[in-house]
Amino acid sequence: MPTIPRPEDDLRQLDAELAGIDHLDVPVTPAPSGLARVWAQLWPKLTAIALFFVIWQVVVWTHWRPEYILPGPRKTFSALGDAIRAGTLPRAVGVTMRRAALGYALAVVIGSVLGLAVARNRILRSAIASMITGLQTMPSIAWFPLAIVLFGLTEGAMMFVVILGAAPAIANGVISGVDHIPPLLLRAGRVLGARGLAAYRHVILPAALPGFVAGLKQGWAFAWRSLMAGELIVIIAKRPSLGQQLEFTRGNQDYPGLVATMLVILVIGIVIDSVLFGRIERVIRGRWGLVDGA
Amino acid sequence: MALRLTADAAPATFGRLDQPAVRVRDVSKVYGPAGAHTFALDRISLDVLPGEFVCLVGASGCGKTTLLNLIAGLDRPGKGTIEVGEQPALLFQEAALFPWLTAQKNVELALQLRKVPRRQRAARAAELLHTVHLDGFADKRPHELSGGMRQRAALARALAQESPVMLMDEPFGALDAITRDLLHDELERVWQASGLTIVFVTHNVREAVRLGDRVLVLSSRPGRVVAEFPVKLERPRRLESPEVAQVAGDIVNRLRAEVRSHADDSEA
Repeated sequence: MPTIPRPEDDLRQLDAELAGIDHLDVPVTPAPSGLARVWAQLWPKLTAIALFFVIWQVVVWTHWRPEYILPGPRKTFSALGDAIRAGTLPRAVGVTMRRAALGYALAVVIGSVLGLAVARNRILRSAIASMITGLQTMPSIAWFPLAIVLFGLTEGAMMFVVILGAAPAIANGVISGVDHIPPLLLRAGRVLGARGLAAYRHVILPAALPGFVAGLKQGWAFAWRSLMAGELIVIIAKRPSLGQQLEFTRGNQDYPGLVATMLVILVIGIVIDSVLFGRIERVIRGRWGLVDGA
Repeated sequence: MALRLTADAAPATFGRLDQPAVRVRDVSKVYGPAGAHTFALDRISLDVLPGEFVCLVGASGCGKTTLLNLIAGLDRPGKGTIEVGEQPALLFQEAALFPWLTAQKNVELALQLRKVPRRQRAARAAELLHTVHLDGFADKRPHELSGGMRQRAALARALAQESPVMLMDEPFGALDAITRDLLHDELERVWQASGLTIVFVTHNVREAVRLGDRVLVLSSRPGRVVAEFPVKLERPRRLESPEVAQVAGDIVNRLRAEVRSHADDSEA
């Protein structure tokens, strides 16, 4: 077997050639300045919000409904200010967010474990994978009569429905995350010695992360909707919540207060969806090189 | 440049010289249901000596990749035995780097899975990246690297396994010609410095002659070794040299004869 060492000159030349081709080959990504990028992302959103308020105001001005029934933005914001100063709104937000956090956390745990078990176990998959998807199509409000029979008008009834709403979405996210792992990565992992638990820890879980986060995001949307439905129906004394606030303001004919509460519900949903999950998704997509250009 | 494959010593070869590093004996592999099955591999036998660079060429359907998967332990042979010592390293046509890890962390993961102590991993990974000329790119993620750089990062990760045997499944097939040429030089250098045993699958006959000590021609359906061409040309060889072209010409003729023999298959 001829293994004649290469002359030093040749080696140096190869070094230079490799360095040269690397410089030519490295993908160039233009990085816009921080401020310009923030503005580029911000102005369409600000415009959309402004447009929303303009349309709302125009609808009020048309007197389609009298203004004491459909209040305009100005009245709504003054009602919002009153509710914040009186402390009813902050308290309601506190109660609702605590419920949302607890229910969602439980759903994440249950959904993740369930999803992972189904994704990697053929028997479990054929047994309940379609059932999980089926659960997702069930409107969460349809669970409440049963939940109230089982748990009464309690926190438990709400948690039950929130978990049933969110956990299947999260489980489905895990399953699709695992299903979309390129087989090549699994094989590469096996060759490197990642077997059993190590394969989960180092290959399967990180590789399934994009799907998992998509499931978490969807799960949050389901949890938030289920909780609002629950708070409208399951009203617990001395525990004012956002859903309950909707019911009370309607009952008291405080329509600016009603719309103000709706605004708060909408804003919380958007903020958690876009700020929290949007950021996580952006980071992951950036890391994986799934972002095109900017 | 110093290249070492174990932490303590720098052995030129692994194992005993007179014992094959890879021994494949009468291995058959069948795909498809009984009755309608096709032989991917039919009683294939081959030996690869320690430190040897063996290239496998063949037309499509010759089971090259199947054979590598069997040697790598990713699949089980239907019949026959494969002896290969510890888990061989395997390079794919795509780099198969983990996209969520930087080049450095990809290499470190290979070390971690081999239970290399945490303190040593970073330095060792940096050293391996240096070996493949990726010094400035340790903190880049795979998508930030070019195809050639990804393959070199994958090579560094494979070297981190410190397996005496490296299996390569058309690793440069997706690269442009100049990059491939440079990586041939690079791979040859790593191989000569390390004493690795390499089994290299390709459909590019010139590439096989450029790199291999020996070129094995596989037949198609069923896959068998039908010819063996020792390449006695002095190293370093050049892909475009007349000597390489001449040996490659002989091998191509053999391959064409093999393909011709399947012309009547559809009528049979």
